[in-house]
Amino acid sequence: MLLIDCPHCGPRDEVEFHYGGEARVAYPADPHAVDDRAWAEFLFFRANPAGEFTERWQHSAGCRKWFHALRDTRSYEVLATAALGRPLPGERGADAAGTSTDAAGTTTDGAGA
Amino acid sequence: MATPLPEHPDFLWRNPEPKATYDVVIVGGGGHGLATAYYLGSRHGITDVAILEKGWLAGGNMARNTTIIRSNYLWDESAAIYEQSLKLWEELPEELDYDFLFSQRGVLNLAHTEQDVRESRRRVAANRLNGVDAEYLDPAGVAEVCPIVNTGDDIRYPVLGATYQPRAGIAKHDHVAWALARRCDEMGVDIIQNCEVTGFDIDHGRVTGVQTSRGRIGAGRVGLSVAGYSTVLAEKAGIRLPIQSHPLQALVSELFEPVHPTVVMSNHVHVYVSQAHKGELVMGAGVDGYIGYGQRGAFHVIEEQMAAAVELFPIFSRAHLLRTWGGIVDTTPDASPIISPTEVEGLFVNGGWGTGGFKGTPGAGLTFAHTIATGAPHPLSAPFVLDRFTTGHLIDEHGAAAVAH
Amino acid sequence: MTGRRLDASRSPGHGIDRSRPLILTLGEDTVRGFAGDTVASAAIAGGSIVCGPSLYRARPRGILTAGIEEPNALLHLEPTAPGTPAESMLPATTLEATDGMRARWLQGMGVLDPLGDEEVYEHHHVHTDVLVIGAGPAGLAAAREAARSGARTMLLDEQSMLGGSLLSGRHERIEDRPALDWVAEVAAEFDAAEETRVLRRTTAIGAYDANFVVAVERCERDAEPRPGVPRQRIWHLRAREVVLATGAHERPLVFADNDRPGIMLAGAVRSYLNRWAVAPGERVVVATTNDAPYALVEDLVEAGIEVAAVVDARPAPSERAAAVLAASGVQARHGAAVVGTDADGEGVLSGVVVADLDADGAPSAETTGIAADLLAISGGHSPVLHLHTQRQGPVAWSDRAGGFVPTGAVAHQQVVGAAAGLPSLADALETGARAGQAAAAATGWETALQLPTAPAEPTGAVRPLWLLPDPRLPEGEPLDPERWRNHLVDLQRDQSVADILRATGAGMRSVEHIKRYTSISTASDQGKTSAVAAVGAIATLLAQQEGSTADLSAVGVPRHRPPYSPVAFAALAGRRRRELFDPVRVTNIHPWHVDQGAVFEDVGQWKRPRFYPQALPGGGVEDMDAAVARECLAVRGGVGMQDVSTLGKIEIRGADAPEFLNRVYTNGFAKLAVGKGRYGLMCTADGMLFDDGVTLRIAPDRYLMTTTTGGAAKVLDWLEEWLQTEWPELDVVLTSVTEHWNTIAVAGPRSREVIAQVAPELDVSQEGFGFMEFRATTLANGIPARICRISFSGELSFEVNVENFHGQAAWELIRTAGEAAGITPYGTETMHVLRAEKGLVIIGQDTDGTVTPQDAGMEWAVSTFKDFIGKRSFSRPDTSRSDRKQFVGLQPLDGRTRVEEGTHVIAPDTPMTPEAGPVPHLGHITSSYHSATLGHPIALGLVSGGFDRIGEQVRAVLEDGSLLEMEIVPSVFYDPDGSRRDG
Repeated sequence: MLLIDCPHCGPRDEVEFHYGGEARVAYPADPHAVDDRAWAEFLFFRANPAGEFTERWQHSAGCRKWFHALRDTRSYEVLATAALGRPLPGERGADAAGTSTDAAGTTTDGAGA
Repeated sequence: MATPLPEHPDFLWRNPEPKATYDVVIVGGGGHGLATAYYLGSRHGITDVAILEKGWLAGGNMARNTTIIRSNYLWDESAAIYEQSLKLWEELPEELDYDFLFSQRGVLNLAHTEQDVRESRRRVAANRLNGVDAEYLDPAGVAEVCPIVNTGDDIRYPVLGATYQPRAGIAKHDHVAWALARRCDEMGVDIIQNCEVTGFDIDHGRVTGVQTSRGRIGAGRVGLSVAGYSTVLAEKAGIRLPIQSHPLQALVSELFEPVHPTVVMSNHVHVYVSQAHKGELVMGAGVDGYIGYGQRGAFHVIEEQMAAAVELFPIFSRAHLLRTWGGIVDTTPDASPIISPTEVEGLFVNGGWGTGGFKGTPGAGLTFAHTIATGAPHPLSAPFVLDRFTTGHLIDEHGAAAVAH
Repeated sequence: MTGRRLDASRSPGHGIDRSRPLILTLGEDTVRGFAGDTVASAAIAGGSIVCGPSLYRARPRGILTAGIEEPNALLHLEPTAPGTPAESMLPATTLEATDGMRARWLQGMGVLDPLGDEEVYEHHHVHTDVLVIGAGPAGLAAAREAARSGARTMLLDEQSMLGGSLLSGRHERIEDRPALDWVAEVAAEFDAAEETRVLRRTTAIGAYDANFVVAVERCERDAEPRPGVPRQRIWHLRAREVVLATGAHERPLVFADNDRPGIMLAGAVRSYLNRWAVAPGERVVVATTNDAPYALVEDLVEAGIEVAAVVDARPAPSERAAAVLAASGVQARHGAAVVGTDADGEGVLSGVVVADLDADGAPSAETTGIAADLLAISGGHSPVLHLHTQRQGPVAWSDRAGGFVPTGAVAHQQVVGAAAGLPSLADALETGARAGQAAAAATGWETALQLPTAPAEPTGAVRPLWLLPDPRLPEGEPLDPERWRNHLVDLQRDQSVADILRATGAGMRSVEHIKRYTSISTASDQGKTSAVAAVGAIATLLAQQEGSTADLSAVGVPRHRPPYSPVAFAALAGRRRRELFDPVRVTNIHPWHVDQGAVFEDVGQWKRPRFYPQALPGGGVEDMDAAVARECLAVRGGVGMQDVSTLGKIEIRGADAPEFLNRVYTNGFAKLAVGKGRYGLMCTADGMLFDDGVTLRIAPDRYLMTTTTGGAAKVLDWLEEWLQTEWPELDVVLTSVTEHWNTIAVAGPRSREVIAQVAPELDVSQEGFGFMEFRATTLANGIPARICRISFSGELSFEVNVENFHGQAAWELIRTAGEAAGITPYGTETMHVLRAEKGLVIIGQDTDGTVTPQDAGMEWAVSTFKDFIGKRSFSRPDTSRSDRKQFVGLQPLDGRTRVEEGTHVIAPDTPMTPEAGPVPHLGHITSSYHSATLGHPIALGLVSGGFDRIGEQVRAVLEDGSLLEMEIVPSVFYDPDGSRRDG
């Protein structure tokens, strides 16, 4: 049970949140100008690193705001959170103060066996 | 007095030092890597093969799954590869001369809503045309197959029916791995444990070897079967895969005298359970929501699982949760696997099996071995190439969105 | 028979209340005990240490331990009250005896009771500053310091009493007073402090991220369940700081025939002797590798029980050993070990065989027999680190401690006392107190450290023994498994050193492989007494093979996985049963539906009336077909009414609301006039139909969107995600208003006359109130309402929206107003038939996440002018194929067979030999009904290239394998011109 610090509400149990995968995936400025491969990248391909990861969460049982989190996918430790459009402390290789351009891409869930 | 499981063979595999080079290097010593090496040798005569495993053999998802084997998938492409896999399962105990407790005790997939019923009937109809044994059962039929399921209406989502695949079942996962490993070893395949691949040597777009924690190993061709770490390894070769790695938990109870004769799955209330040969109840939980490589998940997922189990099986009320654990499941956008050549010549990838990995073990091995040996997809795995994400020809096994007016 | 209760002059009996006798039934035997007894202590007091035989080999077994680590003594507990189920696999060593209890021994395998469990299991969620797990000396010291600081502090212990290891002692002193007096004082002080809580009988079973700890409390109560009193509670604890004072488990020794009844852990013997005033034997041999059992020697002698010998593996007596032996006069063998045992006719221990050890630990050929009915063994101690390793805390083998000890800390967590490999009382108190103070300080609560003191005691070295061959066997291959079959490692799984030898012989090196090959440490005790013994044996064997020295850390211990000890499924399920398994949502009108005997259908979490069966004149009630036919004809021929309040409703406000809707719907909404509604389609980014519904424009900057019943939450999520993460610049606010409105559909040619009565101020004429328009009005009973002209049946139809609170009144008003017209309530099934007759798609029934709007025949709703979510995907090669499955009607040529939904259709010339290979099919039936209006069955389906196949014949493959000829027809079966829509 992760403890996630909602930038708007404070630390809350994981069950209050909805996961949104990789952050800062840009919706193509003109989807019709990109080729099928590039469109497929937008639809289906997401970073999946073993290590620090900038990702999106929504405080779905709280303020319902989406926000960014920096989390280690190996230790599960939530290293930082920030409201959209705010710098995410500790985030590497990103324009930390950059505006959010996240797409609501396809999410996957593997129900069943 | 309980009957012990069958004894294992006296010898299983050598622990050799890696050679400088191999015709084929399989990265990942799980069930799929072992099955691939086995079929490379037995079907293609390729035995100059190394299986590189970063930890202990078959210690990843192979050691952590709930061992369900079935082929009653919806789409023709899925049914074809899983049914081939099931046919191979039926042959393997004799072929490998190893009793790995393959038990065709059938699987029930329960329906709890009218939409579930429609989807179930649809899947049965599709399965039958695809040569998959399947029937639709009403609640009385469910009770006949598995009397301990609560088929009454005193539960939140009563059982309205089920699909039943009699040829489905379970097998003892570790023993399957060891059976394959023994044969691979006998054929001359080198099983190299504690050998982590850290990079790929690529020359003019063609793979020539792998860098490992035990030095460089040259390779004519390389196959990746590293579920959980598919994207991490592929990225080292500059390849992007549409796979996300999630924790998936499972659990067992202590041993009980037999009460559960089959396998029961319910997507709606989310439980899947069988009683293994020794007598423990084996259950799978839901996928944890976030990306995670920790081989563990959150306890609320287990509690939800317990609620579902007690709701459907009152007899399990005072069984005890004995042990929980987690694996790392590869999920894809369409819940179907990827068995594919890549843009790097000689480098092939097999992953993204989601929760289907164990049941798909022989099918994956057969088709991946073919892909590696010939450089081209096997007819059964051709629909599962990476290109489908670009064309849009997904094989969406998520099932219909349960929406109704 | 061995074992008896000692009188108070011989034993303190800290744990029993001799004034409260009880009687229980154990198998065929009646056993007398006292309050505070476990079943095990009562059984031993009653004279029997023997429990059920072993799982596979049926070897006689006895009670080995006095705690949760017990591998042998497992019970089947019969129902404690009528109507409650039995429970299996409970260790007798932890099960508290109660008067009238009935139990029997198991043979390593439980029996499940088919009776469901109706008892109450509560789940609690609590935050605390400091959580101390374990109320032995270290935990009590920690808890006292933390509580004194003012920090919110919780203290858990699995036992019924506080004190931990002190409960097993006799003369220990803390702060110059008897240890248990100190325990009582600390407990009283802790209780008196503010914001503290002690949970007894509470086991922490799992440690998760960010100090989330799950614990199980076995509630203290009478045997008879009482309403509202839970049987167990699951505690979900979130602690800022955790102190693990979980103690250590003693390990058995592995030698030939080491599993006989009468062989018991030395610490357990001491617990029975001092806590429960039970002597488990009359003539005791103590075998050890360490100092711990010397306290037992002292206590046995004091209690007047004969100690035949101490057999100590260490070549010379330690300081402590020397002192105890000198004072007690007990004989000892140093540098020696028990290498075998003898038994009486029942398999119960009658003597031990002792041999001297050489410097390498090999026993001499010469052995000595010593008669004994109890062998107290100590192979060293394993710190209880489950909650540490579950959090990935590191551990390594320590020669000094003779066990795996923590080598690093988990964030905000400390390990103290015996759990940290520090067995002495003084160390436990000091590390505990310091940790308690530090934990409190870390949460902002400071206190001056007050170290509790205890007399210093020397702790001698440990000499572990991993592989002790039986020197009495004839010469042979030393590692022949047959020589090791009775050297038991995992008693519950009946696995011996022989099994380990077979695994290493097969090529296995990893402890994980060997564990799986042998099943060692996978039983209900999860290897608490066996795992380290196995690691020691493996390390020794591998070292012998490789000519190196044994390295236990390199072999590694099997990872501890939650839970620490077994928990009943029902406890973890908690209250989530039946109607609390998942919330039940009902509309305000629901009670009326129930009164009318409606049959309900689960749609998402909602209960929706599926149909309303009516009484038949000759008795009985209509079946679904009859009811639905009646309801359908009523709507088509007169008027019907349906509660459609469950449809999702989202209010969309803001200056950019029109633009926002344009982006999420495939069709245009920006130009929709105020006062009108439009049907809209939503797609996922990959172009597949996702949801649909009618959206009304209430004002220039305000829309009311409806969604499918099951899709409401998903759609809101979807809209919010795009709005917040992709288009934050848009001025749009989304509000879910599903439960703010009740909606009643009034459908049928006579609906206009009903609405005219219901809404007298409203001009309901076609000219005054057009299709897809809505009006605000006041109903005849004064209720404000919004009435829309929307049709999902093809008939003239109105939807009356009132505030949720007025739902029932509006329903009653409409029903009464409609009486003259014979208004008929109808359910979802009739709604489905009516819409199918009109060829209207149900997203999720006729689509499955692989269907585009074009596939569904709704290209008319796909804008070519604007971009929207999913549009780009339509031009991909697969989505532009012409042979995609398309939405069409199908009709049986025989005019009477209604096919099952899900039935597949094939081309007429398709060979049908599934054995020879897959039969190619064209698609499947998604909806199928008998149309009472048309007098024949109708079906809808997805068929490859279906639009071009209209008029063609296909074959439906029925469930029994027979084939039914069907014709592909347009999807609209009824009133294709739409002439009925306006009445």
